[in-house]
Amino acid sequence: MLSKIEGHASLDIKIRKNKVEDVKLRVIENKRFYTQAVRGKPAIAVPALVSRICGTCSISHLTCATEAIEKALGVKPSEQTVLLRKLAMYGTIIRDHAMHLYLFCLPDLYGYDSLLDFAGANKHLIGECFEIKAAGNALASWAAGRAVHPAYSRIGGWAVLPKTENARMVIEKLLHCREHALELAEKFYNCNWKFERDTQFVALRTPDFSFLEGEICGTKGLCIPESDYYEHLQRVILPYSQASAFELEGKEYMVGAMARMCLNKVALHKNTKQDCAKSLKVFPTTNVFANNLAQAIEIIHCIDHAIELLEGIDIKPEPVPEIKIRASTGAGAIEAPRGTLWYGFDIASDGKIKNGNIVIPTAQNQIKMENDIRALVNALLGQPKKKIVAECEKLIRAYDPCMSCASHFLRVRWI
Amino acid sequence: MSRKLKFGFFSFTGDEGCMIIFLEALNSHFQKWLKSIDFKYSKILREKNEMKGLDIAFVEGAISTKDEVKRIKEVRKNCKVLVAMGACAIDATPSAHRNFFAKKELREINPILKKFNYLDKVYPLSKFVKVDYQVPGCPMDQMKFIELVENFIEKGV
Repeated sequence: MLSKIEGHASLDIKIRKNKVEDVKLRVIENKRFYTQAVRGKPAIAVPALVSRICGTCSISHLTCATEAIEKALGVKPSEQTVLLRKLAMYGTIIRDHAMHLYLFCLPDLYGYDSLLDFAGANKHLIGECFEIKAAGNALASWAAGRAVHPAYSRIGGWAVLPKTENARMVIEKLLHCREHALELAEKFYNCNWKFERDTQFVALRTPDFSFLEGEICGTKGLCIPESDYYEHLQRVILPYSQASAFELEGKEYMVGAMARMCLNKVALHKNTKQDCAKSLKVFPTTNVFANNLAQAIEIIHCIDHAIELLEGIDIKPEPVPEIKIRASTGAGAIEAPRGTLWYGFDIASDGKIKNGNIVIPTAQNQIKMENDIRALVNALLGQPKKKIVAECEKLIRAYDPCMSCASHFLRVRWI
Repeated sequence: MSRKLKFGFFSFTGDEGCMIIFLEALNSHFQKWLKSIDFKYSKILREKNEMKGLDIAFVEGAISTKDEVKRIKEVRKNCKVLVAMGACAIDATPSAHRNFFAKKELREINPILKKFNYLDKVYPLSKFVKVDYQVPGCPMDQMKFIELVENFIEKGV
């Protein structure tokens, strides 16, 4: 069983004649059947429902489903609403990336079992992890009501507005932990882990690196509107797993922080570009471990852009746009912490969901993850199994797989 | 109190949001709690985990498979006190959507239910084991969780 990732999965590796014959990454998280559960539910209630797909990235699911339903019903959110969505997303990205990097990856980097075991000169990292997480939380809670399953957001707008006077406290927390985030990026910049395999990296290219709007682009030339994404994907059924996987135009691909950095580093906040200039030269790259560095840079960007947006913010009451229920179809895509998240809904004339499709990041990375493990194990054959398993875990962790939404780590079986 | 309390954290069918709330509670309470708590079992925190001889097992999620029934009974055997964290553990929702599915949806999901040994319905923890404490909410209420932990630290189990 692989620990220190979100959720549960196991890995089967079949070796014959000194060669890896088969790799199966199996999700063992139990299904809750959200694709079926949304059917027949009022569209306006669905974002809060799908928020429960994943506790870690609940804000991403909520925001993406909201966008899809708004597009279907022709509802246009106000500038202030879009601003608050950005800030809630920044909070979630800071908290999520910090959890993955400090709790799951740093122990590998320092040779500890757990961040809690860090001692001596490294002990300060425990406190810094909790400070960054707390700052991300404070931002998401301020903007959206709370950091997990937030309650302020509605279709079209905000039901409860954040208090302008509390923004200062959030800015202080973000400023306070910026230095820790820079040190974290430095650690992953200096990390020599390497696994390179060329493939297409895919992400939303947002003009201000805000994770919300843009065209879906790839490093091999893909560039399509959000609404068309599903038509370019093929769902691959994995008989051995409870989760499904996706191919893009018949091929493996990868989404996530690294893809965003390869495709869109030019859009990062100017302060981030200045202070991460050295680290940013790493991108574009095909080294999967650079995903850790990309996440650290994103924490800094989220801090920098959030501070800029919060300085002088003045939250004003405003009318929520009228929602006209009608039979319609709509799709939305956002960049969740782990990569592109896509929702598409068919809404019936009574406002209920007829059908919904959900494309989550880990399912999109599944096939590349399996192919990578195959290549990695082939390269390491002959070494002790314990070492091979540890290297597989490290590689899979770099993907930051979230198995709770991939239905849903690592028990390795050698078969 | 001289001896540290042995805590275990377990995840069943759900979205792991309550585990995130536990991690968030650590943001402000970690330094203080580490003096009194030994985190013996928590897959989100460490690789080497030990279930035996726990004082308190904190459990999130509902029970949806036959394997989970076995596992929750094993957790119960290894702890003095069992705490149900959040709505799924307490009354199975929102993980229990399929309990209310219409025939069409049930037909769709039945092959998976059979193949992966699911139970007929999704159940709360209390259907299979004795639950001593509950922390309500979806996700669980962070303040109530902190209160309960502090109470254990102060008064023991």
